[in-house]
Amino acid sequence: MKHLLSASDLTRDEAVHILDTAGQMAATQAREIKKLPTLRGRTVVNLFFEDSTRTRISFETAAKRLSADVINFSAKGSSVSKGESLKDTALTLQAMGADAVVIRHQASGAPHTLASSGWTHGAVVNAGDGTHQHPTQALLDAYTLRRHLVGDRGRADVSGRDLHGLHVAVVGDVLHSRVARSNVQLLHTLGARVTLVAPPTLVPVGVEAWPCEVSYRLDDVIVDGKPDAIMMLRVQRERMSSAGGGFFPSPLEYSRGYGLDARRLEALPEHAIVLHPGPMNRGLEISADAADSDRAVIVEQVANGVAVRMAVLYLLLAGEQSTTNRSAE
Amino acid sequence: MTTYLLRDVSPLGEARTDLLLADGVVAAIGTGLEAPADAVEIDGAGLVALPGLVDLHTHLREPGREDAETIATGTRAAALGGFTAVHAMANTTPTQDTAGVVEQVWHLGRRAGWVDVFPVGAVTVGLEGERLAELGAMAESAARVRVFSDDGKCVHDPVVMRRALEYVKAFDGVVAQHAQEPRLTEGSQMHEGVVSAELGLAGWPAVAEEAIVARDVLLAEHVGSRLHVCHLSTAGSVEIVRWAKSRGIDVTAEVTPHHLILTDELARGYDPLFKVNPPLRTQRDVEAVREGLADGTIDIVATDHAPHPREDKDCEWAAAAFGMTGLETALSVVQETMVETGRMTWADVARVLSSAPARIGRVDGQHGRPIAVGEPANLTLVDPAARRVVRPQGQATKSENSPFGGRELPGRVVATFLRGRATVLDGAPVDEEVQR
Amino acid sequence: MSTALPSDAADHAQASPPGPDATVVLGEAEIARALTRIAHEVLERNKGAQDLVLLGIPSRGVPLAARLAARIAEVEPGLDAAQLAGSLDVTMYRDDLRQHPTRTIGTTQLPVDVDGKVVVLVDDVLFSGRTIRAALDAISDLGRPRAVQLAALVDRGHRELPIRADFVGKNLPTSQHERVRVLVSELDGRDAVLIEGAHA
Repeated sequence: MKHLLSASDLTRDEAVHILDTAGQMAATQAREIKKLPTLRGRTVVNLFFEDSTRTRISFETAAKRLSADVINFSAKGSSVSKGESLKDTALTLQAMGADAVVIRHQASGAPHTLASSGWTHGAVVNAGDGTHQHPTQALLDAYTLRRHLVGDRGRADVSGRDLHGLHVAVVGDVLHSRVARSNVQLLHTLGARVTLVAPPTLVPVGVEAWPCEVSYRLDDVIVDGKPDAIMMLRVQRERMSSAGGGFFPSPLEYSRGYGLDARRLEALPEHAIVLHPGPMNRGLEISADAADSDRAVIVEQVANGVAVRMAVLYLLLAGEQSTTNRSAE
Repeated sequence: MTTYLLRDVSPLGEARTDLLLADGVVAAIGTGLEAPADAVEIDGAGLVALPGLVDLHTHLREPGREDAETIATGTRAAALGGFTAVHAMANTTPTQDTAGVVEQVWHLGRRAGWVDVFPVGAVTVGLEGERLAELGAMAESAARVRVFSDDGKCVHDPVVMRRALEYVKAFDGVVAQHAQEPRLTEGSQMHEGVVSAELGLAGWPAVAEEAIVARDVLLAEHVGSRLHVCHLSTAGSVEIVRWAKSRGIDVTAEVTPHHLILTDELARGYDPLFKVNPPLRTQRDVEAVREGLADGTIDIVATDHAPHPREDKDCEWAAAAFGMTGLETALSVVQETMVETGRMTWADVARVLSSAPARIGRVDGQHGRPIAVGEPANLTLVDPAARRVVRPQGQATKSENSPFGGRELPGRVVATFLRGRATVLDGAPVDEEVQR
Repeated sequence: MSTALPSDAADHAQASPPGPDATVVLGEAEIARALTRIAHEVLERNKGAQDLVLLGIPSRGVPLAARLAARIAEVEPGLDAAQLAGSLDVTMYRDDLRQHPTRTIGTTQLPVDVDGKVVVLVDDVLFSGRTIRAALDAISDLGRPRAVQLAALVDRGHRELPIRADFVGKNLPTSQHERVRVLVSELDGRDAVLIEGAHA
């Protein structure tokens, strides 16, 4: 593993290895002294072409807990909205000796371009690109699911285990969601069954090739599918306007059809957990009841995000510099 | 002017014969021709002689984007690709929407001397799709414009399209439509389907093209006009054109070389070299356009040669420009996809790359002529047995955005003659003679 | 894994099978005797098992620590072997991470808080001393033991740091080119100490 660009790059064993490593990282984070010397002397650049304070802070925390030097490069702004700047920025970072570039970009495929361009020799970690992928989000979701739903509901050692047999419903704006794409692939790789739930306007043409089921009816999925977990995706209000694509008539109609409220929460199996990648639109895709219920593991997802990102940075950066075979065994 | 005796060439891939080119025309045809004293003999054994190729769809970028291509570099590339005439698209800066601009392009083409340059006129002012440009003035200018297109943009307003179709009848013009419904393709990046869904690139549905093709053939029927559909790319568009022709509607259609061979799978690497408008489609569509070209539904192959400077492709996909170069690879792609698959003969190649585009562009008095005594000596000699690996850096076009870099393609243009004058010999441009 | 230095040979749980030139220097019985002796030495030195914690360094130090704990528990009545032994992963404290393929992180499991305790680090082979250096750093992040001691089944010399073992199963003078491997039945199916590559 030289880069982490897409959840689809990971085999089952690689993904499990990342989750296991994240488990060891999480154990260190319960200690009084959380900082490890592991990546001392390494430089991690957070290259953010799109605002995302939470993701940046999560990566920054992960890198710092491993003693890496962190440079935050916020490239958002009109002067760098054109493509050439990705190249120039990358060349600058290369000159600064970046060992890893954590990139968030509004254009799908930009991390891929960065990794294959030769502009930087560092490892590239995709922190979300356009509507394509957000692999560390999928990994932290998988980590969270495994912790709660595998190995006697978290009481037994889960290392080495995948998500075989679990049913996860992913609900919301699948069309524009990199979280959905990453999760469908990773959860499938890990043996879980995935059902996407969205109004037909927010399901991409071509979804039939994805390893998942698709439903337009949330209530049916909850009652008939009995999901072990339900993952609510953020829905942007502007998508309903004509200029935004007119994907649904009104926020109210959306909530009625696809929002997670107290009634639907009640209908879920007793053990089912609720995930959300954040930031939430309370009252749109998730009600306050659901968001604050003890079934929701949304805050825990944030903590797990740090452990997973520590694991990814460790696996990409700790080994020798040679280009081949730095894989996660 | 040099006299050339082409020994043992196969006109249209048929029986070998000698061709004598003198005083700008084919002076004699027959086996064992006597070489005039000053004639340059060319051993043509194994070479196919075709009428000089005619491209109905070329972006030469001048005026305005001379960093991508100039009329001199683009037409030199055209000659190397076997062309003797190109139609220069109107989306220059300033737009080719007045007699002044089209005459400038025409003059620059004459001065370069590699091929005949026929400017395409814009349908609407500034390609804005609102007001008709002065089509009559362009038609009557020195450039004698007959093809009108807002290519790059679609004439999407049905009333404007109707008026344009009607108006050009007065001077036997044709509207070449870039079929792209704008609302259905806002922000679109690639063909909408399985691959776009996975890559998270905004989809460009086939119906955005097909809806316009369908509307336009009906409009053309209604007003009794001639319509040309640019770079048709989907199976559905082929079906609609086939239906329209069966109804007797006066429609012609073109396909690009890249749509004959490349698919949307190539977007998987996010390499913007494969970003093009219309987008690369699926294998099923590739099959359909090949079939349509073979059965005559699609009349011509046109390159849509669209050079871009490196910085416009050396970036993330969404920021990159649409387009591919094609003048120097078009004939090879047609050979690979249509001749070597047994779907077309070399005579068919001459039809789709020379006589039919010349007729659609109304330049068939000089170009796309039969290879016969007395006809203008616009000829191309191609070695179909040769194979070559495409090197974009080594091409004559100023830009390097070929989608075929590193790919081996069959066939090589050995020589090109424009009115009896060699523009290409031994596969190399004849600079001195062109510049005289 | 082909680039692994001799000092790492014992770190990899899934080691390749012994080569044809491997020489067995300690067998099952000798290993058992050595561990029994070390157990007694530990008790003697520390005047009993009061405040004792045995931390094995993954991979093969962990079962060795468990065996030592079992022997100590046999001698000292009222002790629970499981409460005596744990594991201490040092991977994230190593100074040679960049010279090797990425290492899998082992488990750190402390049976009790190490503050004020006597920690005995248990490893299979003591070589350059760098693993123990990393272990000392790892412990200091976990707490403040009263003392830290070191037990190694094999000490093969060639120290690169000022570190020595308090308890040694066997001193094994070797050349730098040789490879010392410890096999333990818990991970490898049998107990043995091998030397490989003497003529490499």
